[in-house]
Amino acid sequence: MSEAVHSQDDHHDDHGPEKGIKRWLFTTNHKDIGTLYLIFSLVMFFMGGAMALVIRAELFQPGLQFVDPHFFNQMTTVHALLMVFGAVMPAFVGLANWLLPMMIGAPDMALPRMNNWSFWILPFAFAMLISTLLMPGGGPAGGWTLYPPLVLQTGDAFPFMVFAVHLMGISSIMGSINVIVTILNMRAPGMTLLKMPLFVWTWLITAYLLLAVMPVLAGAVTMLLTDKYFGTSFFLAAGGGDPVLFQHIFWFFGHPEVYIMILPAFGVVSQIIPTFSRKPLFGYEAMVYATATIAFLSFIVWAHHMFTTGMPIAGQIFFMFATMLIAIPTAVKVFNWTATMWRGEMTFETPMLFAVAFVILFTIGGFSGLMLAITPADYQYHDTYFVVAHFHYVLVPGAVFSIMAATYYWLPKWTGKMYNEKLGKAHFWLSTIGVNVLFFPQHFLGLAGMPRRIPDYAIQFADFNAISSIGAFLFGFSQLMFVWVIVDCVRKGKPATAQVWDGAEGLEWTLPSPAPYHSFETAPEIK
Amino acid sequence: MFKGLWKPVCAFVAVMGILALNPALAAWELDMPQGVTTLSDMIRDLHREILLICTVIGVLVFGVIFYAIFAFRQSKGAKAATFSHNTTAEIIWTVVPILILIYMAVPSAKAILEIEDASNPDLTIKVTGFQWKWGYQYLDNGVEFYANIDEASAKVARLGKSDGVMELEHYLRDTDKRMVVPVNKKVRILLTADDVIHAWWVPELYIKKDAIPGFVNEMWFTATKTGVFRGQCAELCGRGHGFMPIVVEVMEQADYEAWVAENGGEVAAVASKESSADVTVAAL
Repeated sequence: MSEAVHSQDDHHDDHGPEKGIKRWLFTTNHKDIGTLYLIFSLVMFFMGGAMALVIRAELFQPGLQFVDPHFFNQMTTVHALLMVFGAVMPAFVGLANWLLPMMIGAPDMALPRMNNWSFWILPFAFAMLISTLLMPGGGPAGGWTLYPPLVLQTGDAFPFMVFAVHLMGISSIMGSINVIVTILNMRAPGMTLLKMPLFVWTWLITAYLLLAVMPVLAGAVTMLLTDKYFGTSFFLAAGGGDPVLFQHIFWFFGHPEVYIMILPAFGVVSQIIPTFSRKPLFGYEAMVYATATIAFLSFIVWAHHMFTTGMPIAGQIFFMFATMLIAIPTAVKVFNWTATMWRGEMTFETPMLFAVAFVILFTIGGFSGLMLAITPADYQYHDTYFVVAHFHYVLVPGAVFSIMAATYYWLPKWTGKMYNEKLGKAHFWLSTIGVNVLFFPQHFLGLAGMPRRIPDYAIQFADFNAISSIGAFLFGFSQLMFVWVIVDCVRKGKPATAQVWDGAEGLEWTLPSPAPYHSFETAPEIK
Repeated sequence: MFKGLWKPVCAFVAVMGILALNPALAAWELDMPQGVTTLSDMIRDLHREILLICTVIGVLVFGVIFYAIFAFRQSKGAKAATFSHNTTAEIIWTVVPILILIYMAVPSAKAILEIEDASNPDLTIKVTGFQWKWGYQYLDNGVEFYANIDEASAKVARLGKSDGVMELEHYLRDTDKRMVVPVNKKVRILLTADDVIHAWWVPELYIKKDAIPGFVNEMWFTATKTGVFRGQCAELCGRGHGFMPIVVEVMEQADYEAWVAENGGEVAAVASKESSADVTVAAL
C-alpha cells in the first residue's frame, strides 16, 4: 500500500503516457482504455462483417455455391456473437471510458486497474471464440441464442464457447461496476443527477442492466456445460429437464441485453441532436424517465421471443401487453428528438446526419417491433426474415449508426484534429443507402415466408435476396471509408478548437482538444 | 448540402423506378400470402391494421422531421428557439400512443383466444420433428409415414452442384410424401420432436409452433380451400434445417378417405369428433 502511494508520488509530475507497448498493456488511463475498446470493437466489426458477407454471398442466389450448410450455421452464430459481444457492447464501453470522466468533470474512471483488466480479458475471450472455427466439428452452429438441445451437438468448440461467454460476462460486469462507481462518486461538485448529460444517464441505467443480466447468462451457459459434460439434465427432456427453461433464462438476459445495446445509443443521439440544432434537448427529464421505464420494462417482456413455444394463453397475453407498453417511452423519445430539431437552427455535419438517420431508421425498427408484439401476427413473423430485418434495423442503423455518429462527433476532441467532412458525408450516404438496400427487402422475404438461418431457399425468394446481398456488399465495403476517415483525421487532420462544434454544450468541450491525459485534475464547479 | 443529397437520392429513385417497371415485379411478394383457413383472414387483418397504424404514424413523424430538416436550417437563416419542454404536447404524445395500443390490444387478445381453442377436432395428426425430416401419425385412422425432402431438390441442394436449381419450381419446398387433410374439417396437430427443437410452419395455414423434445404442443386449422400448400421448418435445427420441407394437401372428404385407404388407414374411423379426442389421449 505504502509502495503504491509512493510510486504515485514519484510519477506525480509525469502526466504523459508510458512509451511503447507497455502504455497499452498496463494502462490505467481511461482514454487509453477507451481507445483500446474502440479499436477492438472496430476489428470485431470487420470480422463479424466479413462473416455476414459470407452469409450474404451464399444467399445471393438459390443453391449452395460457396459454403457447406454446417459452416453457414457457424457463420450466422459467430457473426452474431462477435457483433453483439465484440463490436457493439465494447464500442459503447469504449465511448463510456472516453467520455464519462470528461462529461462529469472527473480525472479518470473510479477503478482504473479493474478497467485495464476488463478490457484485456476481451482479446483472449474472442481469440478463444474465433479459434473454435478451426476445431474438430467446427465452431458453435446453433445460433447465438444457444438453444439446447441443438447447441449440445456442438463439437470440441463447446466448452471454449462457454468459457468465452463467461469471460465476456466478467468483462462486462467489471466494466459496468466501474461505470456505476464513477458516475455515482466522481461527479464534479454541483452536478446533481438531473444535471448529468443524457449520455451519462443512459450509461448509468445500462450499467445496472448489465449487472443484473450478465450473471443470468453466465448461469445459463454453465448449466449447458454441466448438461453436456457432468450428467445434469437441466435442459434435457430425456432426463426430466426442460429445453424451454433455457429459453426463458436466455431471454431474461437477452431482452435487457437488447436495451444494453440501444440505451447508450439513445444517449449519444441525445447529445448530438441538440448540438446541431443549437437548441437544448427537448424534455430532458422525460428522456431520463423514459430511459428508466424502458429499462424496467425490459425485464418483463422476455417471453415475447417465445410466443411459438406453446405458452399458456395468460402468458401470451401478458407478454403481448407488456411488450406493447415499450412503444410508449420509445415514442416519447422519438417525439422529443423531433421536438428538439423543431425550430432549431440546424446544420448537417456528419455526426448530425448519422443521428437523424438513427432517429428515422431506428423508428422503422421500432415499428416492426410493435408489429412483432401482436402475438397472433407474431406466429407468422416469428423466425422469419421479418425478424432479421427488425433487429438489424435497430442494431445497424440504430446502435451502429449511433456509434459512428459518436465517433465523428467526439473524434476532434479525442485526436485534436478535424476529420474530412466530405469523406465523412460520403461514408454516411453510402452506409445509409447500403443499409436500407440490405435490410428493407428482408421484411418482404419474411412476410412471404422465408425462415431465418437457412443457407438456401426456395426460388420465389431469389429476387429480394439478390438485392439484399448487393446492399450488404455496398454497406460492408463502405465501412472501409470509415477507417479511411479516421486514419486520415489522425494523420493529417486540421487542428480542432476546444469547442469544435459551435452549438456543443457540456464539460468535455471546456477541455482543450486533444483532451489532456488526465481529464479534470481539479473538478470544475457546476452552477 | 443539397448538392451532396441529390445524387444518391436520384440513383436510389432510379433503381427503384427500374424495379417498379419490371414486369416480374408482379411476382414479387410484398405481403403475407392469402391464407386458406378459417382464421387466416383475421390474423392477416391484424397484421395489416398494425402495419397501417405504423405507416400512418411513420408518415406523420417522418414528415415533421423532414419538414424541420428543410425549414429550420442555418443556411436558410433559421434562428434557434429556446424552448425545452411543453407539458401539453408531452401529455398528448404520451396519451395518444396509449389509446392506439389499447385499440390494438383488444382484438389481438381476442384472436389469441380463438387461435388457442383447439377443442373438438375432426382429425388429429401427431407431427414429430427429426433431424431432418418430419414424421406424421394420423391418430384417428392409423396412417403413418415420414416426409423427406424430394429427390429432385436433394440432388441439387449440394455444395457446388446447384446448377439446375432455377428449373425446379418447388426447390426445397417439395417432399416425397404429403400430409393430406380434408377440406372444412378442424385438423388438430400435436407437435413434438425427437432430437432438437424444430418448428412446423406453412405460411398459408397461418400457424406456426415449435416442436420440442419432451413437449407436446397443440395447434389447429380448418382449411377452407383445396390445394397444395408449402412450408418448411422454422427453427434452426442443425445442418439440414433448410432442407426439411412441409407440404400439406387439402382434399375433398371423399378424396381424403380414398387417400387414407390407399395408405393403409382405417377409413371407418375417419372424422368422428369423439374418437379423435379419445384416440389422442390413448395414443399419447
